[in-house]
Amino acid sequence: MQSVDSAAEQAEFDRKIAEEQKIEPTDWMPDDYRKNLIRQMSQHAHSEVIGMQPEGNWITRAPTLRRKAVLLAKVQDEAGHGLYLYSATETLGISRSELIDALQTGKAKYASIFNYPTLSWADVGAIGWLVDGAAIVNQISLQRTSYGPYSRAMIRICKEESFHQRQGYEIMYALAKGTPEQKQMAQDAMNRFWWPSLMMFGPHDSESAHSGRSMKWKIKRQSNDDLRQKFIDQTVPQIEVLGLEMPDPEIKWNEERGHYDSGEINWEEFYQVINGSGPCNHQRIKHHKAAHDNGEWVREAVRAYRAKQNQKAAESAA
Amino acid sequence: MSQEHLAVYEVFVRSARGLDHKHVGSLHAESPEHALMYARDCYIRRSEGVSIWVVESKNITASQEEDTENFVDPMDDKPYRHATHYVLPDSVNNM
Repeated sequence: MQSVDSAAEQAEFDRKIAEEQKIEPTDWMPDDYRKNLIRQMSQHAHSEVIGMQPEGNWITRAPTLRRKAVLLAKVQDEAGHGLYLYSATETLGISRSELIDALQTGKAKYASIFNYPTLSWADVGAIGWLVDGAAIVNQISLQRTSYGPYSRAMIRICKEESFHQRQGYEIMYALAKGTPEQKQMAQDAMNRFWWPSLMMFGPHDSESAHSGRSMKWKIKRQSNDDLRQKFIDQTVPQIEVLGLEMPDPEIKWNEERGHYDSGEINWEEFYQVINGSGPCNHQRIKHHKAAHDNGEWVREAVRAYRAKQNQKAAESAA
Repeated sequence: MSQEHLAVYEVFVRSARGLDHKHVGSLHAESPEHALMYARDCYIRRSEGVSIWVVESKNITASQEEDTENFVDPMDDKPYRHATHYVLPDSVNNM
């Protein structure tokens, strides 16, 4: 049985959610709300950080200096977005080292799309255009999430993200209007990244384990299927402008629904990749561990500096 | 004890849930708890806020205005960090 106090706290929390007020870190919140947020926000943070790997793969091989500078700036942004999200997650009472540990031991997930390899330069274009495009659809919706620090991080990220999708499309456009070989590269990259991009929105609403409660708590504001439809509707005309063939032969405008119809996602592949059997899962975590371990001397130096400063302060106070 | 010897506190107010705390001013106080009460009395008499932070001014490490050029580089030589740098066909330009 709930005590009088916690029943009152629960009622107060429910009232804030109903009235579209944000929940702030010092407010009382149900344990499951906190846990659900930690799961979703840390997964989001991990995705930003792991997402640097497939694109980072092409920094040294970018075709021009301009493309290289752009790609560096984009990957740098992703690192920053990871930081915003880790910091916002930490307001829920979990430490950075616990979050990193959960990622490295496979307890926490990240967006399954980053387990696919980047095989050609066109993949960098396809990622900026489709993967960031899908992420933006999701993140615009999350600007209205009920947890204050998450909402503010989303607003900041969306503002910075605006160039990511455009630089990707610019790459695709240049290739699609280039030589037949370049056009084929663009077509191939789009075909490979199309389905994983649709999978980024998660399982169908009817299959989604966390969706119902997240919607009730207004952590999520629109359903997986609604957001996915929105992405398809905005992307199909962009494919037409590129002059590429549709990556899914079932894509067709449905006048009655006012939306594009499309084919079914291969959910078996989705679950396989999410559960660790994608083409690059092992490599991504191995690289993250190696980078983290190689950075240990920096953290050690920081701790030594702090200890020295503290000692100096103590000596001058004495 | 004279007013000059009391610590200065900076006051930050959150005007509504979901928004950032914003700096609104400063005041003198004999303890952080008192600073909070004085801030309530001084700065939110007309429901200007739902939450207050106070922090002793000496605990704020700030950049210097005169260092702006070197320290807070506007990165004007990196126009590609802005969405407007990318020229796309009109029909998809709302991306």
